[in-house]
This record gives sequence, C-alpha cells and structure tokens, in this order.
Amino acid sequence: MAKAKDMTGSSTVAKINLGQLARDNGTFLALIALIVINMVITPNFLQVQTLYVNLTQVATIAIVAIGMTLVIASGGIDLSVGAVMALSGALAPFVFLSEFGMASPGLALVLSITVALLAGLLCGMFNGWLINQFAIQPIVATLVLFISARGLAQVLTNGNLQVFENPAFEFIGSGRVLGIPFQALMAVVFALILSWVVRRTAYGRYLLAVGGNAKAARLSGISVNRVRLATYAICGVLAGFAGMVVSAINSASDANQTGQLMELDAIAAAVVGGANLMGGKAPIIGALIGAAIIQLVKYTLLANGVHDAVALIAKAVIIILAVYFQFNRAE
Amino acid sequence: MFGMFNRSRDLRTEGVWIAVVLVVIFATLRYDNFMGLYNVQTFFGYNSMFILIALGMALVIMTGGIDLSVGSVVALSSVVAAYTSPYGIEVALPAGLLTGIAAGAINAFLITKMRIVPFIATLAMMLGARGMALVLADNKSVSVDWTSNFTKFGLTRAFGLIPWAVILAALVFLALWIMLERTTLGRRILTIGGNPEAAKLMGVPVNRTLAITYIISGGCAGLAGVILASGFGAGQPLEGLGWELSAIASVVVGGTLLTGGVGSIPATLAGAVLLGLIFNILNFENGLGVISLSAYWQSVIRGGFLLIVVILQSRSGGGLVRRRSTT
Repeated sequence: MAKAKDMTGSSTVAKINLGQLARDNGTFLALIALIVINMVITPNFLQVQTLYVNLTQVATIAIVAIGMTLVIASGGIDLSVGAVMALSGALAPFVFLSEFGMASPGLALVLSITVALLAGLLCGMFNGWLINQFAIQPIVATLVLFISARGLAQVLTNGNLQVFENPAFEFIGSGRVLGIPFQALMAVVFALILSWVVRRTAYGRYLLAVGGNAKAARLSGISVNRVRLATYAICGVLAGFAGMVVSAINSASDANQTGQLMELDAIAAAVVGGANLMGGKAPIIGALIGAAIIQLVKYTLLANGVHDAVALIAKAVIIILAVYFQFNRAE
Repeated sequence: MFGMFNRSRDLRTEGVWIAVVLVVIFATLRYDNFMGLYNVQTFFGYNSMFILIALGMALVIMTGGIDLSVGSVVALSSVVAAYTSPYGIEVALPAGLLTGIAAGAINAFLITKMRIVPFIATLAMMLGARGMALVLADNKSVSVDWTSNFTKFGLTRAFGLIPWAVILAALVFLALWIMLERTTLGRRILTIGGNPEAAKLMGVPVNRTLAITYIISGGCAGLAGVILASGFGAGQPLEGLGWELSAIASVVVGGTLLTGGVGSIPATLAGAVLLGLIFNILNFENGLGVISLSAYWQSVIRGGFLLIVVILQSRSGGGLVRRRSTT
C-alpha cells in the first residue's frame, strides 16, 4: 500500500532486529501496566481461576497470531484462518465419530489429529500456490478460502453442531500439564520453536528477506515461491490446530461459529505485537504479548461491567495506538 | 486523454460485461421468471447496497488503499437512520449519509495524518463502528417509524417501477463515473494509485485526494445503511458482516488492480452485478429444487467462482490482480 517507503525504510535485517527488540519491550511494558491496573481495579483478579480463564481464551488467538505473524513477515496476509479453523475443527470429530473411529479409538485419535492438521496444511499450501502460481495478491487469494472453507465445513457437518465425548481429544482443549492449560502451553511452545526458526534457520532469514524486498531476495538466489508456500502452510497448520482446540474445549464442533472473526483478532494481535504489514519483521513473541493485551483489555472491561460492545471500540483504539507508536519509534 | 469511451474499449472491462451478458442469457433461458419484473426489481433493489459500497471501495482501491470498515459502517448508519426515521427520509437519509462520511473522515485522518496503513486504520474502524452501532442500539435491532415516509422510501417505487434505492445507487454511480473519468480529482486518484511518489512530485495533493476517497467510501456505506434500514424496517447493528469482502471481490472481478492506479467505475458495477447474479441464480436453482443447494454449498460455489475469475484475470495477460513490483 501507499506508505511502503515511509514505514520500513530500507533498513538491513540487523537493524530491524534491534528496533524489533525495542518495540517488543514497549508492548511488554503495556502488558505489565495492564496487569497492574487490573490488580488495583478488578476484583478477584489475582486468582488462579482468572488466570486460567484468560489463558484458555487467549490460547487460540495466540496460536493463530503466530502463524499470521509469519505470513505478515512475508509481506502477505491470510484472511482464511478462521474458516480453516472451522474446517479442521469439524474434520477431527468427523473422523473419530465415524464407524471406524468407534471401532479403534486409539488409531482414530491419531488419524483425527493428522487429518485436521493435514487439512490446515493443504489450505495453507493452496493459498501459497495461488499467490505464487497466478501472482494473485494475498488478500484476494485467501479470500477464496475465507468464503468457501467454512462452507465446506458446513457441508461436511450439514451445518449441525457435532457433539462428542472423547476425553483423549478433549485433553487438547481442557487438559492441564503441570497445572497449566495444555493449549496455552502449546501456544508458548509453538512461539518458542518458531521464533527460534525465524532467528536461527535459513528459512527464517529467507522469510525476512522475502518480506523486506521480494525482488532483491529473488535476485540473491532465494526461492521466493518456496518460502511463501512454506509460510502459508505453517499458518494453515497452526489454524488447523486452533480449530481443534476450539472443538476440544466445547466437546463439540460448530462449523458456523468456530473461528468467526479470528482473522481480525489474529491480525490485531500480530500488529499490536509489532508486526508490520509491509513485511520484513517477524516478532513472534510479540504476537503472544499482543494476543495477551487484547484478551486482557477485553477481560478488564467485561469484569468491570462495561458494555461488551465497548470492548470492540477499545480494541480499535489499542490497535491504532500500537501502530502509531510503533511507527513513531521506527522513525 | 481520459475519454470515457476509449477506456471502456479496454479488454478487461469488456470481459466482465461479456460475462454478465452470458450469465443473463443463460439464466433467462433456464428460468421462466428470471427476467420477470419482480425478480429484476428485487435483484437491483437488494444489490443496490452492494453496488454502492463496491463503488466507494473501487475508488479507495484505485489509490492503492483498502477500506475494511464498510460493513460496520453500513450497520452503524442503519442504526442512526432508524433512530432519525420519525423525522422522515429528508432527515434520516442525510443523517445516515453523514454517519458514513464521519466514519470515512476518521479513516482519512488515521491514514493521512497519523500515517497508519489503510488496512490497519480501516480494520480499527471496522471494530470501532461495529462497537458504536451495538452501543447505540443496545445490542438490539432498532425499529423504524412505519408511519413516516422513511418506510415508503424502502417499500415503494419511483413511477411505481424503480425502487428508490436503485435510483439512489444510479445517481451515485453516474456521479462517480463522471468524477473519475472527467475531473481532475479522478485523474489524481488514478495517478496516486499508479505511483504515489511521482504524484507527489507532480504536485498532486496526495493526502487531500486520499482523504476524499475514504470519505466517499464511507458516504456510500452510509447510504447503503439507509437503504438497509428502510428496506428491512429496522436499524441492524449486526448486519453487514463480511460485506467489505464482497465489495473487494466485486472490485477485483471488475478488473481493478488492488495495487491501485487502474480501474473503472462501470466495470466495478459489472463486477458487483456478476457476483449478485451468481447468488440470484443459486437461489433459483434452489427454488426449482433441481439440485437443492444448501446455503453451505452456495458459499463453496461462490468461493470457487471467485477463484475462477481471479485465475482467468491473472492469465488474461493484463495481469489484473498481479502484484506490481514485488515479484
């Protein structure tokens, strides 16, 4: 978009990382401030139960936001994540509820998870393929699955709620490891792995190069198409995982509701966390913090009896302020 | 020269119109009532909302921007129009329009003064306007005054024939068409989208021109909100979800480059009509009970249709949806 030059300048990768560090700390400070404010004004804030509620609500946003951060780092956007969540969330129960699934539950569980993640992978690869093969802009390319992937999930389930009872699968949504909600733990593990990947692997360097300047990346011998394909694929798999988490939390898959407006929350979390829509930076941990900030603001308002529509307005203000300050500091 | 007729000779513009004509011929042959007065009136009456927001979106996209807030702005202005409906259409229409214009002006402020990229600025407005609509309407739909002439606007037709919403959309269409093809402002919009740096060097007032496009887009969404409230008898704070994406799809199908600089108002109209026709035909198929398409299959098919269109466009040599410099 028009402001490309103003936003990123022509900084080198090293410079971007330094700036990114500063910005990560800025968001982190905002999170600390929010927690302190809540300790003062929100009754019962410092309770384990409050922590659990927030952790379970934020985990799916965080997981999707990590993938979105990678896509944004490549200079793209993925509008299809919510619809992909619906598809994966519907597919997993579909497999273990089938006759075969009932007959051999152990194998069915593995197969369910595999199929759901595979669906996410294929959706992501489809996005990447469209963008590479036909040079279609990401926002248009991912609009295709945004429209039709949820439709597929609805066709699959006839639009009905698929209620199930499967303790092993439900563990993804309600299990705890060392007292910590499993899905929150997964979000952190995904974030740590991918931020290591971005910092330490060739793929990570290529990703930032592609996002910074695709033409230059191509000239320097990077296979831009492969990097992009991998990025959308990772984003799709993470969305698939988030879809399973939502189904597991509810012990039911709801193709109509799962992942609704998730693309916006994920983009918002990524951007508040320091991602720049012009590409070239991948603040993965920032996305975690961004998701936490958005969740905590919502919680603060609701816990203090504010009209829940006001939370939308608050989210809008946070996004604007985050981007505004991020931009000013970059200058 | 920016001659209207030179530009409509453009292949991609013609492509969309040819598709529209083919689809209409197909549907006329297949369904008895397709060209019936009732279907045509309902089709254009309903689609006038989508046509309006697609036209505004087209201008924004021509500058290389995007407006994600239109769906929420439709909802917000429908609520405002419903609240002002007792004063009649002569108050409610300007009130709804001004609501949209105000939202567009805030978008413009965020983008030109605070220098926030359009995607994020209008994403925030999408959340903010939705929140405002819900707060104003207290989470409920707001019924309109049935005794005022506001309801008449939605339910009666000019000369007993043309829905007022269609007349409104047609006027906006003509105004924007002439503006884009014949005025300095139109030339500036395309110049900015083509190359913002060059436009600045040429002395084009970039910020002012950008601001105008977001205000027009907001205003179009505001009018769509007025049509929504008067046609359905209520201000609906939850309506318009995903409309921004339909509008973007219409603009893309109409051959406007998402990178800006190229685009046509008539082709955008054709794009919106084409997408509306697909929906209309699917409803006919359902009514005939031939394949009995569920609403779910309909969204799969609409996604598939969009896929075919963008692939065809990207292959038609013109590189319609081709990103410009990056690859």
